Amino acid sequence: MKLNTKNFGKIEIKEEDIIYFPDGILGFEEEKQFVIINNEDEQNPFHWLQSVQNPELAFVIINPFFVFPDYDIILPKSAQDKLKIEDKKDVVIYSIVVVPEDMEKMTTNLSGPIVINAEKKLGKQVILDDDRYTTKHYVFQQRAQDRSV
Amino acid sequence: MLILSRKEEESIIIDGNIVIKVLEIQEGKVRLGIDAPKEVDIFREELYKSIQEENIQAAKTSVDIKKMGKLFNG
Repeated sequence: MKLNTKNFGKIEIKEEDIIYFPDGILGFEEEKQFVIINNEDEQNPFHWLQSVQNPELAFVIINPFFVFPDYDIILPKSAQDKLKIEDKKDVVIYSIVVVPEDMEKMTTNLSGPIVINAEKKLGKQVILDDDRYTTKHYVFQQRAQDRSV
Repeated sequence: MLILSRKEEESIIIDGNIVIKVLEIQEGKVRLGIDAPKEVDIFREELYKSIQEENIQAAKTSVDIKKMGKLFNG
């Protein structure tokens, strides 16, 4: 099927690529279907989470472990049930990125990861009530720190 | 908004299956105990709202992720 996207115009997707978010995404509760548009460049950790219904709605997402290797998510039981997770291997995690004008100051939200059951094509933004994480972690500061260790 | 007065150890019941109990009142803070079915998500409002606001900010992001990727490789 054809999908209108924010950044790539019309693209061809398979219906089975559509991920169903029963609760939508906070602030966008009416948006229930998304596709992940993966970056073709394997060295580039950024991807898009594109709404199926609304071409104008797309989020930049990143594999949080790429930037925060110690990121430690404890998925609440309610989220595991909603996502029908049976096998850890099926779980894919992204975090949403906010990019200000000065790109190097981009932040990512580790309090509200996007958790996907890749097998069942179910997704949910999980809220982690965990003091270690906030909605704004600097992507590059972290990497600078890693390099200096 | 419905307003109810409760003392310590008193509860309210919502929809027959959600119980919110006042456990302790001390120094301007109230400790609540909540019993609810596991499919009911319960969060502190400020956390919920901060994620909502962050998402709204993120949705305004209009960037070229190729350029963003170069920040990593450059």
